Amino acid sequence: MLVIKVSEFIKNVKRDLNDPQLRENFRGAMDYLMDKRQAAFTDVDEWATLKEQCKRIKQRCLLKLPHLLEQLEENLQRNGIEVHWAETTEQANEIIAKLIAKEHGKSVVKGKSMVSEEVALNDHLEQQGVECLETDMGEYIVQLAKEHPSHIIMPAIHQNKSQIGKLFVQHIDGFDYSSDVDTLIKAGRNVLRDKFCQADVGVTGVNFAVAETGTLCLVENEGNGRMCSTVPDLHIAITGIEKVIEKLDDVPPLLSLLTRSATGQAISTYFNMITHPRQPGEKDGPKAVHLVLLDNGRSQAFADEELRQTLQCIRCGACMNHCPVYTRIGGHAYGTVYPGPIGKIATPHMLGLEATNELPSASSLCGACEEVCPVGIPIPKLLLRLRKESVKPRADMPQTVKGQGGGRKPVEALIWQLWALVHKSPWLYRWSTKLLTRLSWLMPKNLGPWTTARTAPKPAAKTLHELIGENEKQGKRK
Amino acid sequence: MENSVNIRQYPHKPAQVYLYGTCLVDSFYPQSGLDAIELLTKQDIEVIYPQGQTCCGQPAYNSGYQDQAKAVALHQIKQFELDIPIVVISGSCGGMMRHHYPALLADEPGIQAFCDRIYEFSEFLVHVLNIQLFDSGNKERVALHTSCAARREMGAHETSKKLLEQLSNVELVEHQYESECCGFGGTFAVKHGDISVAMVEDKTKHLLAEDTVRYISGDWGCMMNIDGALAHQKQPLRGEHIASFLLDRSVGDKGE
Ligand code: SF4
Repeated sequence: MLVIKVSEFIKNVKRDLNDPQLRENFRGAMDYLMDKRQAAFTDVDEWATLKEQCKRIKQRCLLKLPHLLEQLEENLQRNGIEVHWAETTEQANEIIAKLIAKEHGKSVVKGKSMVSEEVALNDHLEQQGVECLETDMGEYIVQLAKEHPSHIIMPAIHQNKSQIGKLFVQHIDGFDYSSDVDTLIKAGRNVLRDKFCQADVGVTGVNFAVAETGTLCLVENEGNGRMCSTVPDLHIAITGIEKVIEKLDDVPPLLSLLTRSATGQAISTYFNMITHPRQPGEKDGPKAVHLVLLDNGRSQAFADEELRQTLQCIRCGACMNHCPVYTRIGGHAYGTVYPGPIGKIATPHMLGLEATNELPSASSLCGACEEVCPVGIPIPKLLLRLRKESVKPRADMPQTVKGQGGGRKPVEALIWQLWALVHKSPWLYRWSTKLLTRLSWLMPKNLGPWTTARTAPKPAAKTLHELIGENEKQGKRK
Repeated sequence: MENSVNIRQYPHKPAQVYLYGTCLVDSFYPQSGLDAIELLTKQDIEVIYPQGQTCCGQPAYNSGYQDQAKAVALHQIKQFELDIPIVVISGSCGGMMRHHYPALLADEPGIQAFCDRIYEFSEFLVHVLNIQLFDSGNKERVALHTSCAARREMGAHETSKKLLEQLSNVELVEHQYESECCGFGGTFAVKHGDISVAMVEDKTKHLLAEDTVRYISGDWGCMMNIDGALAHQKQPLRGEHIASFLLDRSVGDKGE
């Protein structure tokens, strides 16, 4: 399903940590986004209240998920929007390819959609001879560079202005190098403008799918989402099943938290609510609208009460903006469509723990992500849970996450057995710490990864247990 | 994690407390344990150090080996049977025992009562003892590094600051990215060594920029990481455990 490989995580990390330009781009961009977010939440109590409210909304909707999905389908169909269910990424691609083929579509304009990245839609459609053009400026840049998004909100955040200027010189006819942001955006927009009018099909994502009314809500800043969903005759929206919410009343608080957490905006420049295709007598709008609902491992997360919290995510990106690991390695090193903390907890359900066991362990569990997550996902706790599933014996029941035991190493398992044995026996423990302190001269100076940039710690001459024992024996306490 | 730090009810000053020394202090930095005991004793508190204590279980817990962590955690709670506060000289181990034991040992009767007795060292000094420190040291500027668990689970960045602010001759400076993780994270530092190194190198850079002689922390895990990197860079800056620092600053109050 994915072109990029998560199995190369360790290698990717080394590569990207050693790229000073990339490090600088990410640090600068994340600092900017963190400041923006902070300025949008100056009232701590309001933040706490709204966060609690949104967490509850998402939890309520997840609790009723099967019912809400049925209701959503019913209401969308009543509104004239056709609904398609895809269990796998392949199914999603096939459904979309068929819809396009039926209309003899040859060109697609796409609004930003991470789910379409998840199914690798562009690659699939291109194999069928359909041209796909990304119309979100960041996505457009990434497409020109033949890369993948490095951030779920800011796909081209890994590139700076001058890098984009050079890219445009290569790809846009008549573009003279500039690193001025407005000039760059104008040049990109000129290319895109024509394409909107020529395209047969528009593909977009969905931020909230409202069950009560059968409404697809799309949050965006550039107007390209509106173009994609109104200009071509056929509009296909694709999203994950967890994006369904119960009622329209749920939208305002979620929207407020989404835009403020993502970019610090009080509201996005555009907010589209799509309820039906062009009606008789209307002059514009798509003639047909379809929604593809993707599972791809989400029902596995849903089945477990703790892991279900993963599905509360509204894809704001705040967790990656605040993640000290993401800030340093950037989005591509993960080798997954969703990078950063949310990627670490969501991807194992999509690809299994066999392929992704490096991800949950690549965290110091610092908790910065949980602190800013607007829907209160306990990300560190879920990482711990996935670590547990990852080192569990493969055959142990119940099998909650596919690829269970994918990160289990027999030697490591044995070490922890021994460790537990020592640490639940006071005398074994005291004997071993005494040994450690007495034989500290035997301790190697090279402790593998630890000593590449640090000296090895030196055991004390005597343990605290011993020192206190001696003091007590002498009937004094220093 | 919630806001349990904010809504915690604190008891009156007790006559006795337990000290939880942590495995790292036990084998590598015992002086911090002795200093914490001395400081508490000076406050007329009897400190009991159960010799049966070993490790809170966090290393196994964070590595996914929860059964092993559970066995070790279970052994800890049996060492602290008196109903008196347990003062932990690490925010990280304190966070583990206070906030992760309830789920890990959910089937253990009375587990919540045990967890409710856990206090991080600076939290205990500020909120339970309401300590008034007397500063007899020379003028000094220091930076503060709070471990992530100490900060987010125990609120120790606030209580540590409160303590340092009581010292009239100490100027507390804030380093850039103060709230950012130092990159330790236990086995993370070994499993994902490259990322951890990138993080600790940034942390040392920001601490060094403040040009202090020492930086203060309540967690030896972080300090082992940061000091290790500083020593590797041949920099003289070193960390000091907050217990040792406070004791060091207040030795003059003996003859008060
Ligand atoms: S996990 Fe939370 S912070 Fe991260 S993208 Fe999802 S909603 Fe935003």
